[in-house]
Amino acid sequence: MTPEKHDELKALALRVREHIVRLSTDGGCFTGASLSCADLLVYLYADFLNISPQTLDAPDRDFLFLSKGHDVPALYGTFAELGYMPKERLANHLKANDSIYWHPNRAVPGVEFHSGSLGHLPSVGLGVALDNRLRGLRNRTIVITGDGELNEGSVWETVLVAAAHKLSNFTLVVDRNHFQANMATEDLIPLEPLGPKFEAFGWAVRRIDGHDFAQLEAAFGALPFSDTKPSVIICDTVRGRGLPSIEARADRWFCNFSADEVTQLLEELHSQEATTLTSETLTVR
Amino acid sequence: MNYEELIKETALADDRLIVMTAENRALIRNLPAVLGPRFIDTGITEQTLIGAAAGLALRGRIPVVHALATFLTLRAFEFIRTDVGIGQLPVKISSFVPGFLSDGNGPTHQAIEDVALMRGIPGMTVFAPADEADMLAMLPQIWASPNPAYVRVNTRPGTYPHAPFKIGKAEVVATGTDATILVYGMLFEQALIARELLEAQGKSVGLVNMRTLKPVDEAALLHVAQAGGLVVTLEDHFQTGGLYSILAEVLLKNELTAKVLPIALNEKWYKPGLLSEVLEYEGFTGQHIARRIAEKLGADPAAITTKTAVIENQFAE
Repeated sequence: MTPEKHDELKALALRVREHIVRLSTDGGCFTGASLSCADLLVYLYADFLNISPQTLDAPDRDFLFLSKGHDVPALYGTFAELGYMPKERLANHLKANDSIYWHPNRAVPGVEFHSGSLGHLPSVGLGVALDNRLRGLRNRTIVITGDGELNEGSVWETVLVAAAHKLSNFTLVVDRNHFQANMATEDLIPLEPLGPKFEAFGWAVRRIDGHDFAQLEAAFGALPFSDTKPSVIICDTVRGRGLPSIEARADRWFCNFSADEVTQLLEELHSQEATTLTSETLTVR
Repeated sequence: MNYEELIKETALADDRLIVMTAENRALIRNLPAVLGPRFIDTGITEQTLIGAAAGLALRGRIPVVHALATFLTLRAFEFIRTDVGIGQLPVKISSFVPGFLSDGNGPTHQAIEDVALMRGIPGMTVFAPADEADMLAMLPQIWASPNPAYVRVNTRPGTYPHAPFKIGKAEVVATGTDATILVYGMLFEQALIARELLEAQGKSVGLVNMRTLKPVDEAALLHVAQAGGLVVTLEDHFQTGGLYSILAEVLLKNELTAKVLPIALNEKWYKPGLLSEVLEYEGFTGQHIARRIAEKLGADPAAITTKTAVIENQFAE
């Protein structure tokens, strides 16, 4: 990756994080979970996926399914920056006159399918990958799941079935931010060793730093990792990445900040110096 | 023509059709060789089966999915509701051994709340053919429709010459002034017998094969209710949520009431066994049904002495 490209993605990711912070008020949103996958979504839409606002329905486009739907602020922030939707539309967050709410839906151009209930889109993505293979198309189907989402048995059903069908055009990406809703994954339902789990299920595995654009490029650029296996990229990430005052905290999954805190956190995004938040009213949904 | 031949013919003429199963191949054993990759077996994974069907439908395919009725409607319910229902995708559910057809399997396999569950999903259409010929008459329109569909698969032989099918239209087999039996699915054959037995006792008995439970034929229900006789809802389903409830909803909506006899499974699972045993034990043979109606009409049930011979089910799973 050239330094120019790297800086461009970094600047884009910063603007997406600004959107996430601005959405974390007046009702709030899943701030922590959104910040962990912001770099991943920015890399995929800005640099990797064969899709653009002009080719949303092209039959040979790549498909990205956001199964951990609660990180939709990162997706919509990316969409707003890349021209899928006007930036002003983000101001309609939680307004009944639009469809910008806590989970993705197809009223927003670029969203392939609605999500919110965890453990669904691996199977929906599997169907799309099967269809693409039937049609002889070479496009990719990528499904992003959370790590907490891996508690759902339906995910492992699909992991088994995709391996059985040798679906090499199918890729799962795990946003491994090490937290589920209320606590660290390893304190509730331990997932490690995660890579070997997928290997044992017949998948080709890579594990990377999900905030490092060069590593993202190296991993996604190597897809498919096998001609006879589906691929999984485990992205180690940090919940709340970009806001030092909330990073890696169990209680910063869903945030509803005051207007003053939003201003403060927007500064924190740039300074990378932790501030003291006055809000004690954190909502865990 | 049977189910497998119909689906094969349809799939060969329309490459949008994908045959899927969660390892329930009883009716479609010969299709893998014919359809190749358009036959997809996901193994015993009802949730992934439905999710993948939604993904295929999203790409313009018409997936016809096969699994046991209980596991589809219960284990995969949220996938049907959330992926197929919210997505309004044309996934066609062929639900195997529903109602009494799971005969000897036991309560784990008894899909007797499936109509209630499926009709509760916005946009879902729900069908229950009376026998194999009825089903073969219905499926082409169901598969051609843009709506998600749930079909209680019924391959039992029938002798009744069914009228042409139209989605949302019931088949009026007979009209009667004393009572009318509203029925769907495999109990149609018992309803035919019950009607004959009652007619032999001098009763005038109507019979309606509902065929579509959603969108229901409201006009047919209102016609029967307004005729003034006893209305019998006959179903291999819990009494709550099925045809009895549908009739109640239609009557309330139209500010009407009627004298109704529900013959259904009231707050209970049924005793497992061979189909003939089940129907006899639970009181759903033609003879039992006729007696229950006769009693309600004030006639002597003991006068109906002809025991009903039940053709056994051919499928275990």
